[in-house]
Amino acid sequence: MIDDYALKDPQRDYRIFFARLVFCGLIVLLLMAVLAWRYHHLQISRYADFAARSDSNRILVRPVPPPRGLIFDRNGVLLADNRPSFNLTIVTELTRDLDGLVQELQALVTISENDIDKFRKQQQRRRRPYQPVPIRIGLSQEELGVLAVNEHRLPGVQVTAEQLRHYPLGEKLAHVVGYVSRINDQEIRTLDPVRYRGTHMVGKTGLEKKYENQLLGEVGYEKVETNARGRVMRVLERVEPVPGRDLYLNLDSRLQDVAFQQLTGERGAVVVLDAVTGGVLAMVSTPSFDPNLFVSGISHSTYNALLNSPDRPLFDRVLMGQYPPGSTVKPAYGLAALQEGTVSAGYRTFDGGFYQLENDERKYRDWKRTGHGWVTLKDAISQSCDTFFYDLGFRMGIDTMAEYGRLFGLGVRSGVDMPGEAEGIMPSRAWKRGARGQAWFHGDTVNTSIGQGYTLATPMQLAVMTDRLANKGLIRKPSLLRKLIDTQLLTQPESRRIEAAEEHWAFIHQSMEEVVHHSRGTAQAIGKNIGYRMAGKTGTAQVVGMKQDEEYDVEKVAKRNRDHALFVAFAPAEDPRVAVSVIVENGEHGSSAAAPVARAVVDAYMQHFPVESLQLTDSGGALE
Amino acid sequence: MSQGDFVRRLQQPGSGVYTTASGWQKVHLDFLLFLLLAVLTAFGLFVLYSASGGSEFYVKRQAMWVAIGFVAMFITAQISPRLLARWALLPWLGGVFLLVAVIFFGTGAKGAQRWLDLGGFRFQPSEVLKIAVPLMLASYLGNRHLPPRFAHVVSALALILIPAGLVIIQPDLGTSILVAASGFFVLFLAGLPKRYLAIAATGIAVAVPMMWFYLMRDYQKQRILTLLDPQSDKLGAGWNIMQSTTAIGSGGLHGKGWMQGTQSQLDFLPESHTDFIIAVLAEEFGLMGVLLLLLLYLLVIGRGIVIGLTAQSNFGRLLAGSIILTFSIYVFVNMAMVSGILPVVGVPLPLMSYGGTSIVTLMLGFGMLMAISTEKKRGV
Repeated sequence: MIDDYALKDPQRDYRIFFARLVFCGLIVLLLMAVLAWRYHHLQISRYADFAARSDSNRILVRPVPPPRGLIFDRNGVLLADNRPSFNLTIVTELTRDLDGLVQELQALVTISENDIDKFRKQQQRRRRPYQPVPIRIGLSQEELGVLAVNEHRLPGVQVTAEQLRHYPLGEKLAHVVGYVSRINDQEIRTLDPVRYRGTHMVGKTGLEKKYENQLLGEVGYEKVETNARGRVMRVLERVEPVPGRDLYLNLDSRLQDVAFQQLTGERGAVVVLDAVTGGVLAMVSTPSFDPNLFVSGISHSTYNALLNSPDRPLFDRVLMGQYPPGSTVKPAYGLAALQEGTVSAGYRTFDGGFYQLENDERKYRDWKRTGHGWVTLKDAISQSCDTFFYDLGFRMGIDTMAEYGRLFGLGVRSGVDMPGEAEGIMPSRAWKRGARGQAWFHGDTVNTSIGQGYTLATPMQLAVMTDRLANKGLIRKPSLLRKLIDTQLLTQPESRRIEAAEEHWAFIHQSMEEVVHHSRGTAQAIGKNIGYRMAGKTGTAQVVGMKQDEEYDVEKVAKRNRDHALFVAFAPAEDPRVAVSVIVENGEHGSSAAAPVARAVVDAYMQHFPVESLQLTDSGGALE
Repeated sequence: MSQGDFVRRLQQPGSGVYTTASGWQKVHLDFLLFLLLAVLTAFGLFVLYSASGGSEFYVKRQAMWVAIGFVAMFITAQISPRLLARWALLPWLGGVFLLVAVIFFGTGAKGAQRWLDLGGFRFQPSEVLKIAVPLMLASYLGNRHLPPRFAHVVSALALILIPAGLVIIQPDLGTSILVAASGFFVLFLAGLPKRYLAIAATGIAVAVPMMWFYLMRDYQKQRILTLLDPQSDKLGAGWNIMQSTTAIGSGGLHGKGWMQGTQSQLDFLPESHTDFIIAVLAEEFGLMGVLLLLLLYLLVIGRGIVIGLTAQSNFGRLLAGSIILTFSIYVFVNMAMVSGILPVVGVPLPLMSYGGTSIVTLMLGFGMLMAISTEKKRGV
């Protein structure tokens, strides 16, 4: 305290202090100037930049996905519905420790490894920043509660509501209605990014795919202000989405149901056409699958099981299954022969059990080894005499047969409003040269005349053929869509006709009626106790080619190599209103396996569409 | 007859008033400073209300601390500077003791132990050192020959570096630098010879890289790296600085209006009611608000410098100078870090940021300033 006190020089001390404090004061002034310059720089020079950044921080333009159009059957039964589903999503940009967060979430709600896999995949995909990525779909009420309680400590976690497609009738309509599913990597490249903003689903099969454009609707958007955790604080602006358009189908879910029940346990297909309008009343392919599985994301194991099942449940037999039509084509070729003068109504020939071409050893056998004896065209149809048609076909020639076959829709896509329809094959010289690079032989003509050989047709094509027979040659496309919600009933453009004399049509109708109602008709079994007249034709399609003279032995042939059973029919015979085709894979005989299915379906039709009501209420639906 | 005698005689009529009059004339208070502090703290509460998202809780609590701060300031202002100088060792020893206690009993967050938990009341001892160190230094050097000799410089350095070192190991680099700075200001103002300054500058030039490699924690390094390139870590350490510059910049000239700042109200801005409160002010009141605040600060600083220049004793000069320069450094460091020209260190904005210890410590400092400024009233 007392050191050097004598030497203290207060004046000098003060001068140094004064100078230094003033110097510091100036430095402080300079620093304040630096701050002023810095804030001026941020707030004035770069104002626009930061103002924009601040807005983009808080303002998010969110797409508002439109509700997908609903699908109804002709009676207003809902076939495809939208249901709210709550999804657990994560905005990865707002999380610091994603793995930890996922673990924490797993403690709260059930999240399977499969969910996490899907989440990872989607998260790594290119997407807009701050877009929530779903990790669990379809939260239960309890889970929603648990999440609500814990949400505050789970940054980046959001529960989003989404409309999820639901198919109330499930597998009964799986192939017709199809399903929607998550947009995949390939689709994302082809779909219009503007229209699909906010939509995660796209129609993958069936009507959902065919009418995707109508069902989708137009996306709306809303400008929302969000806080730093992505939570929406308020909506600044909203443009409502335009809902997708509802589809009203010609389909009748009651008939669909009957047909589906009839085929349960079988592999097969049924197509029911409205012979008045050309509308599709039912189309069933069995076995089927639950389309709802695909909506929420099907697991790999389930999908592989469906995909690899030998019964091929995912395969739509109606449009993609191509079968030899067998004898079901006989009425069409019969009409062609009458019209072309190959045979007359009274023409008779003797069936000794087989047919032979000149200079050819090969015997073309009839299904009845003893033969049918003397047969007319009418007998040949009602008893399904092969020999008669071998002769008829050979004499008519492949060119005429092919011409008429195509007019009846064989080898031509029906044009039904569904994706992925197979074309089938109506063999001809040109076809064989193109497809096989071979010349046409007489033997080919003979095989073709009974719907075997190269001929392939889908159940839909057989139904179309039957419709054209029923309508005496009216050519039109079958149609599932009856109308859109905001349109009139669809009308078909001016149709072409298969030109043939009225008497020939009548003859063929009578012949087909005898199939069911004549005591020797191949389907006479279903003609019993029937309250109306049905015209039909049985068919049996060989799965495995038989060697010459080889006996077809049911016991020896494995189930999967047994013949397919087919049946086509229309009713009532005198005034056709419904046309049906049925195929039962490996069902062996059209008469025993397929015809009863057709009978049941047509019975149901007759019950639900009695003549009186049809004239009163359904006349508006008729295509004029 | 010395000049001093003459001056004293001239004061005689006035001094009679001091000794006889009661009431205000006996009260030691710097009215200009008091007024400026009142305006600043009121402004601070106003901004805090918005920064805390309209929380009355925060504002009430902070108002309570402001009141306590003013009382502390008022009481301190009444203490004679001589008394302060005499007992300066006590707060210094107490502060160092508490820092040691923190090492053993402290609580903390984010890997740093900074607080003492005194039964539900959290107390940050390092704040005390911000006052205790300059007080100790001013007391030590004020009684000695100026400029200080080598031996005194060494002692002074020990008085600075012991508490600064204890703070650094908490670790709290920012506070430790500020504590050390408040001590160095005393040394500098005391006339530390230029050769020492040169040595110190060299020392810092050597120490900084050493600190980077041996002393600094990863998060501290990250803060500095982030400053250089905030875009490098948009959601991590860069988030704060990007959001604060965005808040400031988007305020423009006039600001978005009180309670209207989208950055702060929508929680984009981190620590909006504590260290980053200037960003709220800048966003809602614009450059005008920032310049007004700077003006208020400059007036406070200017008044502080005048008090230092007109102080009666070396102790008073050194203490006043150090207090006001430290205050200036707080203002600069905080506003610079929030606007992205300094790394983010935990320095609150004086008189504005939410936080009890900070405001009470500051007010204690201003109380000492007032005690120094009114020393004349006591007579020499």
